[in-house]
Amino acid sequence: MGATGMRDYSRPLDLKNGRVEMAHGAGGRAMAHLIETLFARRLGNEWLAQGDDGAVLPAPGHGRLVMATDSHVVSPLFFPGGDIGCLSVHGTINDVAVMGAKPLWLSAAFVLEEGFPLGDLARIVDSMALSAKQAGVPVVTGDTKVVERGKGDGVFITTTGVGLLPAGRELSGRRAQPGDAILVSGTLGDHGMAIMAGRDNLGFESPIVSDTAALHGLIEALLACGAELHVLRDPTRGGLATTLNEIARQSGVGMLIQEKALPVSPLVAAACEFLGLDPLYVANEGKLVAICTENDAETLLSAMRKHPLGAQAAIIGSVHEDPQHFVQMATTLGGKRIVDWLTGDQLPRIC
Amino acid sequence: MKYIDEFRDGALAMGLSEAIRREAKPERHYHFMEFCGGHTHAISRYGVTDLLPANVEMIHGPGCPVCVLPIGRVDQAIRLALENDVILCAYGDCLRVPASGGLSLLRAKATGGDIRMVYSSADAVELARKHPERQVVFFAIGFETTTPPTAVAIKQAAALGLKNFSVLCCHVLTPPAMMAILNAPERIAIEGFVGPAHVSTVIGSRPYEPFAEQYGKPVVIAGFEPLDVLQAIRMLIRQVNDGRAEVENEFTRAVDRDGNRKAQALVGEVFELRETFEWRGLGALPHSALRLRPAFAGFDAEKRFGSVYQPVDDHKSCECAAILRGLKRPVECKLFGNVCTPENPVGSCMVSSEGACAAHYTYGRYRDA
Amino acid sequence: MCLAIPAQVVELREGDNAVVDLAGVRKEISLALVDGVAVGDYVIVHVGYALNKLDPEEAAKTLALFAEIGQLEASPTAH
Repeated sequence: MGATGMRDYSRPLDLKNGRVEMAHGAGGRAMAHLIETLFARRLGNEWLAQGDDGAVLPAPGHGRLVMATDSHVVSPLFFPGGDIGCLSVHGTINDVAVMGAKPLWLSAAFVLEEGFPLGDLARIVDSMALSAKQAGVPVVTGDTKVVERGKGDGVFITTTGVGLLPAGRELSGRRAQPGDAILVSGTLGDHGMAIMAGRDNLGFESPIVSDTAALHGLIEALLACGAELHVLRDPTRGGLATTLNEIARQSGVGMLIQEKALPVSPLVAAACEFLGLDPLYVANEGKLVAICTENDAETLLSAMRKHPLGAQAAIIGSVHEDPQHFVQMATTLGGKRIVDWLTGDQLPRIC
Repeated sequence: MKYIDEFRDGALAMGLSEAIRREAKPERHYHFMEFCGGHTHAISRYGVTDLLPANVEMIHGPGCPVCVLPIGRVDQAIRLALENDVILCAYGDCLRVPASGGLSLLRAKATGGDIRMVYSSADAVELARKHPERQVVFFAIGFETTTPPTAVAIKQAAALGLKNFSVLCCHVLTPPAMMAILNAPERIAIEGFVGPAHVSTVIGSRPYEPFAEQYGKPVVIAGFEPLDVLQAIRMLIRQVNDGRAEVENEFTRAVDRDGNRKAQALVGEVFELRETFEWRGLGALPHSALRLRPAFAGFDAEKRFGSVYQPVDDHKSCECAAILRGLKRPVECKLFGNVCTPENPVGSCMVSSEGACAAHYTYGRYRDA
Repeated sequence: MCLAIPAQVVELREGDNAVVDLAGVRKEISLALVDGVAVGDYVIVHVGYALNKLDPEEAAKTLALFAEIGQLEASPTAH
């Protein structure tokens, strides 16, 4: 980062009316000032205070490292239940945690569009700081760039996370086996529909709130409950359907889920009806898919339900042999169909 | 969700399924065409086929406005966006339809066309109001369900005195398409039709009476939910067993014989019949589509921009034509599932989630394995 | 034939507009195509417009019929 105390830089940031300018990304005083007063002060920790280009971190003695990265381009930037800031913190923490690793540190890189209101930027960074603090995972280093007006969508944030994976722990999309049980930690489609509600012309009014959350606490509880866990994943873009298809392909198996067992809040179900969308394909940002041995399903379910983020967890299906790797679903009607890969973007239907 | 969940009840479905099994005579084979793409989607999405005995077969009909939209019409929309620099507003369903030059509306957007998805025709009018410096064109597709909303939008634009709003009108009619199926030179066995749900709320049940009377084919108008479809199939089986050919209405909660007179009047005020219109898969059908009346010609995008329809041939191995007529099944098309997939659709039956091919691929292809 | 859903009118707004509610999700739509709609009525909504009113009595009759059919025994009864 390269920020130092620039006491002689006169003008304080005008968070009320000020906007991002090209100078903020140029590497000079304006950028240093922005970083110090807007970013570092809010995210404040000993590593950022070091003020160097890279953070010096204690190396873990044993075990392996897990590293994950994610770019966040969500629009609108502020939505019911969250914003791009906390989303970027939760998302990367979750990517590290689903591997079974304890998330330790985050980096955050910002691409800002010239003209973006500083007040909004401060709100976003405050949100990141709060999420990072609550999760116990500090943002230790970062970067800021500014692009000309029209060349960016307000803010893009890329976060990278590093975590420590204890020896002997093997969670992978390749490990689902015939007979395994499939569980989800709660209701599907909340995040995606909360975003949709905010989109201008699709606008519907609803109290749907994004489920964005850091899941490492829940994951620790699951790893400690004694169940033999094979796969953990968070079903983000593309929804549960996409995640199950990915795992089915990676593991070379088929799956059968029960539509009746899928937890979907009535509000999300209704919003999906309005737009002709399928909750199976709608993004989640605070949910887990867990695959474990059949005998441990109830134990795992119990552990999920005990945790506030897993209160509505459910066993939704099972894994079986299938050379075609289909994910099938028994419908509420008693018939069957496939739950296929998502094609392109899910577009609202009129027909 | 009231009036939705109750009509998806699994226990009631079992009851209806059993009733169908009892009433379908084992020595007969029943073929029913569900005309409407929405029904095709419901059947696939709920696995209704699993609840029917083997001797009751559903044939997917051409009632999917995206599926019957010729390539040339999508080309017109794309040209308006790319060459005339309009804001082209379209429903989500048609954004991925493959057109000429490897383009679709979505791809044209990626190359710089100002193409915007709208949920309602009213959104297009609103865009025109907000951007008086730009021309806004609404790509109006759909059967009789979707036509009245376009009529309202045009009248609204007229009332607002908008000079920058126009409509590329590709609205089509259901009865001529049903007639084309029945008049087809190839004889396909269809013993009856499941009639469209929401088209019928607008046009009523009366327009289907000639099909029963003149062609001797029973028509049962069915609601949109799977239980509605099951009951309609049961009613068709009964008609066939009894040797009757009548128009019956299962969707009594929303459909009557007259339909929505107000909507019909609005449509009649704004639109008139085109002498002929090309349908993908069905060829040119007389009096099967609409255009704006002279009084509203000022809102006709084809006139305003001198946009002309140019027919384009389908890929020579594409079987959409036969599939739309119910002559072939998706798996009988050489391209199905290999060259032509929802990711890379060659024909329109694969683009719309209600097209027979897309529905089968997305929900049912495990049955082929 | 197209995607349309039954929703309840909960508020009338200026012009032909109204707000419908489906299980807690509210959306503003146009009543330009239907006359005589009151708060509390159910309408069929398609692309932002109400197409028709839904008749609750007929809906109840249809459901009752489904239930009855499900209870019939194997012996055929003229209906």
